[in-house]
Amino acid sequence: MVEFLIKDLNIWFGQIHAMKNVNMEIGSKQILSVIGPANSGKTTFLRMLNRLNELNDNFRMTGEVLFGGRDIVEMDPETVRKKIGMVFALPLPLPMSIFDNVAYGVKVSGVRNRKLQAAAVEKALKQAYLWDEVKDRLDTSAFKLSGGQQQRLCIARTLAVEPRVILFDEPCSGLDPISTAKVEEAMLVLKKDYTIILVTNNVKQAARVGDRTAFFLSSELVEMDGTDKIFTAPRDKRTDDYIRGKFG
Amino acid sequence: MNDSNVTECPASPALKLKKRSRDPVLTQRLAFAFLFVSTLLIIVPVGLIIVIIVQKGLPGITWQFLSDIPRQGMRSGGIFPAILGTIYLVSGAIVFALPIGLLSAVYLSEYARGNFLTRLIKLAIVNLAGVPSVVYGLFGLALFVTFFKFGASILSGALTLGIMILPIIITASLEALESVPHSFREASRSLGASRWQTIRYVVLPNAISGIITGTILGLGRAAGETAPILFTVAAFYLPQLPGSIFDQVMALPYHLYVISTQVPNVDEKIRYGTALVLLAMVLFMNLAAVVIRCRFRKKKKW
Repeated sequence: MVEFLIKDLNIWFGQIHAMKNVNMEIGSKQILSVIGPANSGKTTFLRMLNRLNELNDNFRMTGEVLFGGRDIVEMDPETVRKKIGMVFALPLPLPMSIFDNVAYGVKVSGVRNRKLQAAAVEKALKQAYLWDEVKDRLDTSAFKLSGGQQQRLCIARTLAVEPRVILFDEPCSGLDPISTAKVEEAMLVLKKDYTIILVTNNVKQAARVGDRTAFFLSSELVEMDGTDKIFTAPRDKRTDDYIRGKFG
Repeated sequence: MNDSNVTECPASPALKLKKRSRDPVLTQRLAFAFLFVSTLLIIVPVGLIIVIIVQKGLPGITWQFLSDIPRQGMRSGGIFPAILGTIYLVSGAIVFALPIGLLSAVYLSEYARGNFLTRLIKLAIVNLAGVPSVVYGLFGLALFVTFFKFGASILSGALTLGIMILPIIITASLEALESVPHSFREASRSLGASRWQTIRYVVLPNAISGIITGTILGLGRAAGETAPILFTVAAFYLPQLPGSIFDQVMALPYHLYVISTQVPNVDEKIRYGTALVLLAMVLFMNLAAVVIRCRFRKKKKW
């Protein structure tokens, strides 16, 4: 099944052409890894999918992004962001308790009942493999958690809204190898129920978890294919150079 | 000591030059001492003001002085109507200025795009802050007293003071709102929260201490100003309490001016006692601002 269909996408921030003629098809319930050097447009691409780029005043785009067959520009942005969750590069808990962090998305979508919130919080924390570590201190500040725990908290917070898609923007860039492994493990389990798009600077991580891999360079999509294909027999020489570490 | 260090080194042209110029350590010490003394000098006037006023005013502070109306043409009795008047004016100013100031700060920080209108508004705020207080007084006289026909009244005075402290409140609130990290807003929006929900649940709770602090500092300013209330509310001598917001009241700063310059033979104790009460009120407000800021800073979770 196709989750996203992207046609002739162009993005500008002021005068900067941040995304050039991208055409893409992203399947559902799999992990798409997005790799590329800094400034290649990976994050812009990701933030476009849940319309976060629009928070920037200078943002302009042309082309079409169909999500489940519907044009995201015509959908209500809050609805888009509930269906397409995002986990940021640095763990970004909100300045409130662990419980309130996870319940936040549920609360803003109108669920006032504390019991329903608690059920959603427990379910999401279990899915993010954090429940056992925090169940006795849900009232403490989220900032008391370690970096890896904070990042899993952010994953739980995103899951609590029950999205269809989860966008990961370099989720392990600030984490140690063990925390990274835990996050990767969570992603592999989550792909049974969710479409996952993972932007990463770590080429090995892309190879480990991605079903498909897309390579961006200078605001363009160079190529996209099955992860095995990209890492063994890429069509474009630039892809080959990048994954071999010749530049970037 | 430094000189000997230099001479031990092989004599390169650069070092010879250095030797001829002034000793940098000494220069630094001199500069440091000069800067320190300048900073220290700030304490002197503050200390003197407080010492003199407390010394001369404290004997005059009695329960009767604080709770009685002025008697015998302000030469005896108390200053209660003036204290109450100042409290009324300050409360009125806050009721008017806080909502408007806070709402416009939220608009400017969270909603406004950086266009011509926004720049115009910001320019207006800067100008509002730069207007001399006596001009506010005249403006209040023209607009509230004469045009709206509120007369010289608590309402006119409070509105005038409110407009005067608006820029303080807006600037402080803006600063507080903008100090909330942008990433919090983004995280909230990414979870499907609307702009308003983000403001309500994430931005305001984390900015509130700065907003309260700024507001209290604005209040302190409002409590001490004479010129804006001169034409709009303050009574020269009114030994009774106001019945409604359309009555005139006495107010501490103006009362102080009157008994110091306009009425002959007022006992020094009464003059300095009044000054002490006014000073204590303003200091108390500033202290409250500091306490609130510390409280919230402890609670801050990032």
